[in-house]
Amino acid sequence: MSIRDSFRDAQHDALNDRSRGRRIFRRRVLLAALIAVIVFSVLIWRAAFLQVDRHAHFSELAEKNRIRTLVIPPERGRIFDDDGRVVAGNIATFQAQITPEDATDIKHELVILQDVLGLDDDTLHDLRERIRFGRSFDPALVNSDLTPYEMAKLAQLQPWLPGVEIVSSLKRTYPYGRLFAHVVGYVGRINVADLKRINPDLYQGTQYIGKSGIERQYEDILHGTPGHKEVEVDALGRVVKVLKVTPAVPGRDIHLSLDVPLQGIAAASLGSYSGAVVAEDPRTGAIKAMVSRPSFDPNLFVDGISRKAYQALLNDPERPLYDRAVTATYPPGSTIKPVMALAGLQYGLLDPDKKFFAGPYFQIPGDKHHYRDWRKWGHGWVNLDQAITQSCDVYFYDLAYRMGIDRLHEFLTGFGLGEKTGIDLPGESTGLVPSRAWKRKTKGQVWYPGETVIAGIGQGYMLSTVLQLAQTVSILAESGKRKRPWLVKNNEFTEPPIQLKNPAFWQDVRHGMLDVVNSAHGTARRIAAPYLIAGKTGTAQVFTVAQNAQYHAKDLAKKLHDHAVFIGFAPYGDPKIAVAVLAEHGGSGSGTTAPMARRVMDYYLGYQPSKVVKPEFVQHGD
Amino acid sequence: MAIKEPRSRFRAHERLDSASGLGGRQDWFRVPGRIFGVLGRIRYDPVLLFFLMLIAAIGLVAGYSASEQSVIWVEKSAFRFVLAFLLMLLIAQIPQRLFFAVAPWLFAGVVLMLVAVWLVGDVGKGARRWLDLGFIRFQPAEILKIGMPMMLAWFLSKRPSPPRFVDVVIALTLLAVPTVLIVMQPDLGTAILVMMAGLFVLFFAGLSWYYMFGFAAVISAAAPLMWFYVMHDYQKERILTLFNPMADPLGAGYHTIQSMIAIGSGGIWGKGWLQGTQSHLNFLPEGTTDFILAVYAEEFGLMGLIILFSLYLAVIWRGLYIAAYAESVAGRLLAAAISMTFMVYVFVNAGMVIGILPVVGVPLPLMSYGGTALVTIMVALGMLMSIRTQRSFLGHER
Repeated sequence: MSIRDSFRDAQHDALNDRSRGRRIFRRRVLLAALIAVIVFSVLIWRAAFLQVDRHAHFSELAEKNRIRTLVIPPERGRIFDDDGRVVAGNIATFQAQITPEDATDIKHELVILQDVLGLDDDTLHDLRERIRFGRSFDPALVNSDLTPYEMAKLAQLQPWLPGVEIVSSLKRTYPYGRLFAHVVGYVGRINVADLKRINPDLYQGTQYIGKSGIERQYEDILHGTPGHKEVEVDALGRVVKVLKVTPAVPGRDIHLSLDVPLQGIAAASLGSYSGAVVAEDPRTGAIKAMVSRPSFDPNLFVDGISRKAYQALLNDPERPLYDRAVTATYPPGSTIKPVMALAGLQYGLLDPDKKFFAGPYFQIPGDKHHYRDWRKWGHGWVNLDQAITQSCDVYFYDLAYRMGIDRLHEFLTGFGLGEKTGIDLPGESTGLVPSRAWKRKTKGQVWYPGETVIAGIGQGYMLSTVLQLAQTVSILAESGKRKRPWLVKNNEFTEPPIQLKNPAFWQDVRHGMLDVVNSAHGTARRIAAPYLIAGKTGTAQVFTVAQNAQYHAKDLAKKLHDHAVFIGFAPYGDPKIAVAVLAEHGGSGSGTTAPMARRVMDYYLGYQPSKVVKPEFVQHGD
Repeated sequence: MAIKEPRSRFRAHERLDSASGLGGRQDWFRVPGRIFGVLGRIRYDPVLLFFLMLIAAIGLVAGYSASEQSVIWVEKSAFRFVLAFLLMLLIAQIPQRLFFAVAPWLFAGVVLMLVAVWLVGDVGKGARRWLDLGFIRFQPAEILKIGMPMMLAWFLSKRPSPPRFVDVVIALTLLAVPTVLIVMQPDLGTAILVMMAGLFVLFFAGLSWYYMFGFAAVISAAAPLMWFYVMHDYQKERILTLFNPMADPLGAGYHTIQSMIAIGSGGIWGKGWLQGTQSHLNFLPEGTTDFILAVYAEEFGLMGLIILFSLYLAVIWRGLYIAAYAESVAGRLLAAAISMTFMVYVFVNAGMVIGILPVVGVPLPLMSYGGTALVTIMVALGMLMSIRTQRSFLGHER
């Protein structure tokens, strides 16, 4: 109507300016209407092209859209001990999951699931939240580790549980439980912090990541590469057909140097003490046992430890999560004396045969302070061998005082103390060998000579890990040859040996250590075995005894007892094993830890008490 | 034309029905709001309202499917539509004189705000579009979609009817300044709509064809310059993607490809309501907003599209009809420009969805879920109704 009207108007209007404007306007409106018709014709023509001409093509594409790519997570590599025993493996478990989109009455189904699976309210609440915020076609995990009974029950109730599926998956398992908790570590669910350091493409479909120990250190090797599966899904997203499979590359297995029975004996030998045992093969650097006690069950962490259980572990006064073998540091106590003796020989401060009178205490000239010996009445005239054998404190006070802190620091650092050993474990501590520079930097104070004196018997600021002690005794056993400690063969490495002015110095000190166990006055004489053990006892003070008081173990609370330390290697002539044992609040090294080390050595060297071993007579200096 | 036609016969009844503003032989049909008694005081255009409500109803039906059958979405969307229709009716009650009285002030204000956005605007999604006034955060450019045709209609109605050269230059300047400011934000979609709205006013005011061809020539010369100096990478990418969507099927071309698959697989009769696989398997992004037409076309097919496009065409036809019979020069210019801008909205969105135009964020009027754009469109349609129902009392053209 409008169009015809305006057209007629346009024809009849006069030249009047206003009506001319109107005439033009109506003509333009007519044109605009034409444009609109053309525009919509174009749209419909194009739609018809897509929907009629190309309909078959696009239908096919829409069908193809139904092809989805699913990720096949790789199987995590297993971890074996030296003898091929599985220390960390994978077992198949069954888990129930629910796809919200496929569930007809999700509230009702959750009630059934709660009843059958015995879910507590917290879990159910968490599940509801995950369903609410997740995508409707993504399955939500209801419960893992289904028992056969639960699976049977779910299968029976299947008609009332649309959308609920039972799927199998591999779960990490640690068959030896707490025995390898610290060294092998554990895997756990990938969290936000983990996501920052991994390539998310490689972790598609993977639930676990190594959190500590070997599991973390060798994560890249253990994890593997995920595969892909192209599947055709129907309009509801259900898999109809598998089209193409790129298999996952499973993670590589890892063989550790550890030995399960030895580890077990080491753990058992610690008894009820908190502490650590490290047994190393000094010839290769292979760690044969590495125990930290108390321990925890790594299986708890695999599927996400409950808050309560985790709090209990964190709040345990014995701190079971703390790795006492490589992370904890302790004063090395008297076990540092063989190294001090080597330093004294190296710097020409000691003559091995020269007798030194060791009284009940040592005094810095011009100072009244008494640096007391552990034996109230002193040791009398002792040479180097006897000083080590009897663990004469005054002898080493004097030595340290004459050596000075700078040379002491230099030699001990050269021995690898105060530095990481380089073992293939995360979280290793450096320990501490104090120096003037260190004290100025951290405490802002100058170094006092008295601190040098007590450093001579491994007290004061000096700290080392049990692993460092094992490494130290390995170097002593091998007379200076150094191997980097390792758990996995590819970390094996020969470090530059320690060169002394006279190689005979090694023998002087090693013989002292032999006499610690095998002489009448040795502090560890009670562990003397038919084969030859060389070692050194130590006692690490945790409690400072007042100047005029005496240390009475009976009167002190257990937590104030000294830590007991023992380092040793055997057999003396051809060292095959080096052991460092530390028992927290164990009292004395000779009484507590030396027998523990003996048990480890006995097993490792194949000695059984029933076997008769020919006693040998050993000359000084051989 | 030389013949001076006696106008009396035509003018007589026109003057008659317009003199009263209500009377005349076709009055009950032309102003039917009067027949509803109390409601009769509300001025509206029933024809326009009918078509708009039909489109909105289709929008809700398609949206229910696109939102994965969310009743909450439909409730929210319906509530918005009710508010928007009330707003439209409210605007329709305002005398059109008022629109043109505020037009220059509104225009000046918005241009100032655009400058403010340029200087201190809030950045959202990589573009500086928002102005935060403390209590409200909005895009001034959105107002210009109505403000621009209002301003130009007001300006050109004061000038001799086929605009002279000077007037055209002034009008183009008024058009260019805010358009450039919007392009700089950058918001190409809005800039195009604002520019088109302004150009339509000029077109209806009787701009000489010489100027129009000249303008077209300038545009085609400027296009390469725009490409190299003005356009942002993401805009270029969208245009390139249009020519070859398969080049980047998972990136820039994804929207276009998935949308074309959805439409094409719909066929003549569609897959049926709630049966669209593209939208329900989440292949189609932004199903409830810019790409709702694809969801609709997949489920209702070519027939559904023809029905929907016919409804849109009916709205535009009614708008042009209102313009053709509007009394004042400014009113008819505004009404025609609004109708054609409405058409541009539909064309840009539908063209994007069916893959003949690049992906620009222009919603489909009354179908897409979105607040600001809906308000703008409803205000414009309200003005159209106001122009329809309220005539000049002077009885002749001003």
